[in-house]
Amino acid sequence: MNQNSATNMTLPQASRFASDVDSLVAFITWGSVILFVLITMISLYFLWKYRRIGAPTFTSPISHNNQLEITWTLIPTVLVFIIFFWGFKSYLDMRVIPANSMELKVTGKKWFWAIDYPNGTNSVNEMVLPVNKPVKLLLSSSDVIHSFYIPAFRTKMDAVPNRYTTMSFEPTMTGTFDIFCAEYCGKSHSGMIGKARVVTESEYAKWLEEAESGGKMSPVEFGAKLYTSKACATCHSNDGTANTGPTWKGIYGAKHKMADGSEVVVDENYLRQSMLEPNAKVVAGYQPVMPTYQGVLKEKQIDALIAYIKTLK
Amino acid sequence: MAALMETGVKGSTHTATAGRTRNFLNSPKGIMSWIWTVDHKRIGVMYLFAVMFAFFLGGVFALLLRFELIRPTQDIVGPDMYNQLFTLHGAVMVFLFIIPAIPASLGNFVLPLMIGAKDVAFPRLNLMSFYIYVVGACFAVYSLVTGGVDTGWTFYTPYSVETQTSVIAMTLGAFILGFSSIFTGLNFIVTIHKLRAPGMTWFKMPLFVWGMYATSIIQVMATPVLGITLLLLILERAFGIGIFDPAMGGDPVLYQHFFWFYSHPAVYIMILPGMAIISELIATFSHKRIFGYVPIAFSSIAIALVSFIVWGHHMYTSGQSELAATVFSFLTFLVGIPSGVKVFNWVVTMYKGSLTFQAPMLYAHAFLCLFTIGGLTGIYLGAISVDLHLHDTYFVVAHFHYVMMGGTVIAFLGGLHYWWPKIWGRMYDEFWALVSAALIFVGFNVTFFPQFIMGLQGMPRRYYTYLEQYQSTHLLSTVGTWILGLGFIIMAIYLIRSLYIGKPAPKNPWFGLTLEWTTQSPPITENFTQTPKMLWHAYDYDRVLMDENGMVTFNPNAEDEHAHDGRAKHTNGRNGKSHIEETTRSFN
Ligand code: HEC
Ligand code: HEM
Ligand SMILES: [Cu+2]
Ligand SMILES: [Cu+2]
Repeated sequence: MNQNSATNMTLPQASRFASDVDSLVAFITWGSVILFVLITMISLYFLWKYRRIGAPTFTSPISHNNQLEITWTLIPTVLVFIIFFWGFKSYLDMRVIPANSMELKVTGKKWFWAIDYPNGTNSVNEMVLPVNKPVKLLLSSSDVIHSFYIPAFRTKMDAVPNRYTTMSFEPTMTGTFDIFCAEYCGKSHSGMIGKARVVTESEYAKWLEEAESGGKMSPVEFGAKLYTSKACATCHSNDGTANTGPTWKGIYGAKHKMADGSEVVVDENYLRQSMLEPNAKVVAGYQPVMPTYQGVLKEKQIDALIAYIKTLK
Repeated sequence: MAALMETGVKGSTHTATAGRTRNFLNSPKGIMSWIWTVDHKRIGVMYLFAVMFAFFLGGVFALLLRFELIRPTQDIVGPDMYNQLFTLHGAVMVFLFIIPAIPASLGNFVLPLMIGAKDVAFPRLNLMSFYIYVVGACFAVYSLVTGGVDTGWTFYTPYSVETQTSVIAMTLGAFILGFSSIFTGLNFIVTIHKLRAPGMTWFKMPLFVWGMYATSIIQVMATPVLGITLLLLILERAFGIGIFDPAMGGDPVLYQHFFWFYSHPAVYIMILPGMAIISELIATFSHKRIFGYVPIAFSSIAIALVSFIVWGHHMYTSGQSELAATVFSFLTFLVGIPSGVKVFNWVVTMYKGSLTFQAPMLYAHAFLCLFTIGGLTGIYLGAISVDLHLHDTYFVVAHFHYVMMGGTVIAFLGGLHYWWPKIWGRMYDEFWALVSAALIFVGFNVTFFPQFIMGLQGMPRRYYTYLEQYQSTHLLSTVGTWILGLGFIIMAIYLIRSLYIGKPAPKNPWFGLTLEWTTQSPPITENFTQTPKMLWHAYDYDRVLMDENGMVTFNPNAEDEHAHDGRAKHTNGRNGKSHIEETTRSFN
């Protein structure tokens, strides 16, 4: 994974523009080192050469030298304009979004990243990407400002509430790379870490398939996965504690009082209806805030969730 | 010319008898005479104690922060505590320490002396600005004891609107401190315009005064924007007016524009005074006419003005338009050039000088080295595509510490040692000063250089835990703070000791030529016995020699024609015997 980069000892160059950014970093570094060594050597030489021996005396009247001053203004000016232009050029590479980009939606929330895929699949803190395919991220936040940062791709962008920002890159190397939140967002800012997993096209298709249908997973395992990946966990606990919605622990087979006074036995049909038409029967003591999952959950996913709920005793 | 030297001797004899009997420190006596003083020197000294205390406090926070970061996991403080510590560290260092450090303490003390004035233009306003500072500091301390603040010193919305910590007390503190800063700036501008000694034209002013002038312009023009921004933030928090609240149609990014519109110029409020000190140190300890006086003076003003239009370089990743980012990047590179020019001028000033390597010069060289690194690493961050990678990583943390600590704090320490004999009338211990300067230099680099590498590898800032791969650089960085801390402890000891047992300081221990060295150490309350007259350019080391006791000798062989631009040329120096005699006496 370690590519020939002048400055990044361990950071892979995993996106198309990463090497250009690194080359610019190397260019600035070399320029800086040369300038720095020059200034330091000259200073030290003067310090030694013109050190005072004995009492202070009158010194040279030299006060300026136009040629010298023009030179040392012009050369750095030219250099910084090269750097400006180079930085600008690679910035354009980052900002011009290829038309065939795959579009993902990324939402920063205290303190995790929710990622939505074009086919409706979603994941938390794990971004799976096919290699060599341009990606466009549509970023936003549901609370404070976060910043989506993948060092291996050499880019970041703020996720701002009530606004979309965009970011684009093309992963060029398979592997797993860190995702950080780079904008301070409170208590668990340093824990808002995810992984970008860049895989081959076929592995990506397989992953999507699994995310959608569970693949080779047992229904219970798949249901447990959906419980978090479809964000049921934000409202329903699986350990008995009440949340925005009732806990799932021990509900299967129990009798539930509804808001309209009726009583229902929690069976497969009731569970299924609760997901597809949550407001048809509202559990007593809760607000009818659960969104409908009609069209979002596939048959197989509903089955898996029901299987999972049954295991929570 | 021999006659001139004779008069010089007369002057020095006079000095010797003046002695250390009466000076601004010991007369008038009594605590009330300090509390109600309007003497710029006493106010400067009070500021000095205040900012040193702030620096101590901020330093303790820094040591704790670095201690937490020894290992990737949580060690001594949890997330809430860490977040408060870095916020307090940043806010204390910026608002309570570095902004007032050079202008309000050393500047207050030295500026009127340098231009041959009795005091600043508005002595009472000067005292008031000190007490405003104290009140602002009290608010900051109040916020600390009532649960701290965890927003970072930048107070970004919407986080700063939502958090449960005492943001209002802290921002109100910063708001109040702003007025202190504005009044100091205003005072200096008027002082420089109106109170220069006869003969001191603009282009005979020491470069320190130019630097203070540029700083004051920014203080007066930019600080009100911070005031308004913080006030809006307070209103937003207290009454939910919605200007920064996206839920109410406000714009959180607007806050960032407001904030950086002040805070970028503010980084020049922090660094220009440092540069101003370095110009003095390099000239005095090279004993040499400064190279490129006019470019150095004007680059300060240029930096001050251009600094107002580069704030967007802090916001490349905030979602501002590509065009805006590009324009800000371009302007940022522009503002870098005058800083580079200054460094070249300082280095070449040493050419054909007569150099001594005492502690202030050691600090000047440390500054040249560290500020150059700080400035060069700013170029990385100015290049947009590189900044998208490095923004909000440890690279930025290292960069601004190189500029603020390696630049401003090192210059402040250099200035502190340089003017220490003038302020207290005592010499510090040169040996221990060199030891401590060396420790600080080494400790600083061990602390902050690894952070550049960490940043390039992607380590984000404001993290109290981190991934394994950054462990070794973090550990190194923490060890560096211990070396740094040792250096500061040594400094505190020998400086305090010098107040009691230091060798009495002569008028002019460094053979300088600026006017503060023509009066006794410490100066009398009125600064000079008579209004001084500027007979030479601040850096006329080729034609004027002033010894430790203020005895002045003019160079009988000084050539006039070459190497003097019209403005720097001083004609007064050769005006004949009677004139010189009269004015030399006034230097006692
Ligand atoms: C926004 C919060 C929220 C989310 C997200 C949510 N629910 Fe609900 N859910 C509720 C609330 C509130 C109720 C109780 C009121 C009602 O029955 O509509 C509820 C009720 C239920 C019930 C009936 C429980 C009982 O004890 O009778 C089931 C089953 C259920 N949800 C399944 C799901 C599944 C599966 C998901 C994820 C795909 C999900 N919910 C996501 C809020 C939520
Ligand atoms: C004495 C040596 C110093 C050490 C060891 C030190 C260390 C640190 C550390 C560890 C952080 C937190 C970094 C993070 O978690 O992201 C920090 C932040 C900061 N430091 Fe220092 N620092 C020192 C001196 C200074 C000085 C002199 C200044 C002067 C302005 C300063 C200004 C800041 C600022 C503005 C921040 C940012 C705070 C924030 O993120 O809100 N520091 N420093
Ligand atoms: Cu964050
Ligand atoms: Cu800036």
